[in-house]
Amino acid sequence: MRYSALNLFRQGLAGQTGWPQAWRSPEPRPSYDAVIVGGGGHGLAAAYYLAKVHGMRRVAILEKGWLGGGNTGRNTTIVRSNYFFPESSAIYDFALRLYEGLSQDLDYNIMLSQRGILMMAHTEHDMELMARSVNAMLINGIDVELLDAAQVRAEVPLLNFGANARYEIHGGFTQRRGGIARHDAVAWGYARGASGLGVDIIQGCEVTGFDIAGGRVTGVQTTRGAIGAGVVGLAAAGHSGVLAGLAGFKLPIQSYALQAMVSEPVKPVLDTVVMSSATGMYVSQSDKGELVFGAGLDLYPSYAQRGNLPVEQAVIAGMLEMFPAFRRLKLLRAWAGLVDVCWDYSPIIGPAPLEGMFLNCGWGTGGFKAIPAGGWMLAHLMATGQHHPISAPFDLSRFTTGRLIDEAAGAGIAH
Amino acid sequence: MLLMPCPWCGPRDEPEFQFGGEPATRPIPAAEVSDQRWADYLYLRTNEKGFHRELWCHAGGCGQWFLVERDTVTHVIHRTLKPGEPA
Ligand SMILES: Cc1cc2nc3c(=O)[nH]c(=O)nc-3n(C[C@H](O)[C@H](O)[C@H](O)COP(=O)(O)OP(=O)(O)OC[C@H]3O[C@@H](n4cnc5c(N)ncnc54)[C@H](O)[C@@H]3O)c2cc1C
Ligand SMILES: [Zn+2]
Repeated sequence: MRYSALNLFRQGLAGQTGWPQAWRSPEPRPSYDAVIVGGGGHGLAAAYYLAKVHGMRRVAILEKGWLGGGNTGRNTTIVRSNYFFPESSAIYDFALRLYEGLSQDLDYNIMLSQRGILMMAHTEHDMELMARSVNAMLINGIDVELLDAAQVRAEVPLLNFGANARYEIHGGFTQRRGGIARHDAVAWGYARGASGLGVDIIQGCEVTGFDIAGGRVTGVQTTRGAIGAGVVGLAAAGHSGVLAGLAGFKLPIQSYALQAMVSEPVKPVLDTVVMSSATGMYVSQSDKGELVFGAGLDLYPSYAQRGNLPVEQAVIAGMLEMFPAFRRLKLLRAWAGLVDVCWDYSPIIGPAPLEGMFLNCGWGTGGFKAIPAGGWMLAHLMATGQHHPISAPFDLSRFTTGRLIDEAAGAGIAH
Repeated sequence: MLLMPCPWCGPRDEPEFQFGGEPATRPIPAAEVSDQRWADYLYLRTNEKGFHRELWCHAGGCGQWFLVERDTVTHVIHRTLKPGEPA
């Protein structure tokens, strides 16, 4: 059923009892033309575009837990495309442009809020490097602006401009089209859209192995039985290495815990996203009023889906240094997700070393902003067997050719 | 917080340590190592879920490297070994 004013009115008259479920939960069929492992944003978007753009209907998503229960439902929802290299600008800005039309396309409000994103500079050297980055981004066609200290102060008066500030503010740069979106809505909107086009969404179904015949993947083993597959797409984020192991290869990926936290909700105080590499934190205010803030990685491999105290302390100290006014807020929740980090902080999109299998992984600390594009690229690969021009530079082969796309700086703190 | 038993200094807090990756042996002689083997050595990891052998450095302490057997799910540290100590 469409979400429209008319249907809202009709359902109002009927006491809100007639809304159907947003997506179907069918039993798995014996086989599909395309099977996607991982029901996060990237897997769901890929399924949606497989059906919508490529007309494939026999498509399934297999999710071991629940939709968006991985990083897609755990992230701090920042969207932006202010990366350094042209390859990155192309993919992240493609994503941002799809995000800009996504609520309409999906008939589902993803609550995109383009409130801008402000990156801080704390020294003259920061400012010089930032000017260089801003110039590179402008050449790549990304709408960024360099700001001096007075402009930063006008935009975010709550920042620490005090005489005793440990991290003096020299300026910053902003991308005004950046901002935040509602993470669950992105997952649910794609799920509803895909289901409506005939995709089977199967939750509580863990992939435990792959059927391989003649060097080609022919199906998956799952906790709900064997399922045949024409092609398989992996979009399992922190568990990509585990799945690669089941398929008999290794990836240039390490899994880490990445933490985030929210404060108790307060009245509106912060109308943009602020981040600072020097203090190691970033913060925005959610529509509910909570301050949502995050951190760098817990820097050792983890599948624990929880972080440790040193990073939590560092991020809170960083936030209080930048916003002394937040000192008296209570911490409401803290959590972590399992992120799949590549050596060059860029994703891996392309054919796997096993025929019939395609990869969408390595998004690490910053793949929420990329969901529409990552899904689009994986769908293109699974439907055509070929790279889309935008995904070609992110092929696994870059680790052998040495043509890495080093976005360690572009990845910022971790978001 | 991890409580890491440095084989030289004994148990110390997590922030004193730096994770140093999975042990790997550099392929030689360099001139004969193919791009593929070199890339495997540099970048590919087992990234094990569960029991994991890894190198750590007591960077904020004695500065020594050592081997750690740790569970990546529970974060339990099974044992730590000095380099060359029989496994
Ligand atoms: C704390 C935190 C903050 C972040 N902040 C930002 C941010 O502000 N902006 C940004 O752009 N990015 C951010 N990120 C990164 C972003 O969340 C991820 O890159 C993105 O959500 C990855 O989406 P995905 O669909 O690839 O993975 P996920 O959403 O993790 O989905 C993968 C799914 O695969 C499933 N799965 C795994 N193994 C199996 C199996 N064997 N069988 C079946 N299913 C399986 C998992 O259960 C999971 O649901 C953040 C991440 C974290 C943890
Ligand atoms: Zn020591």
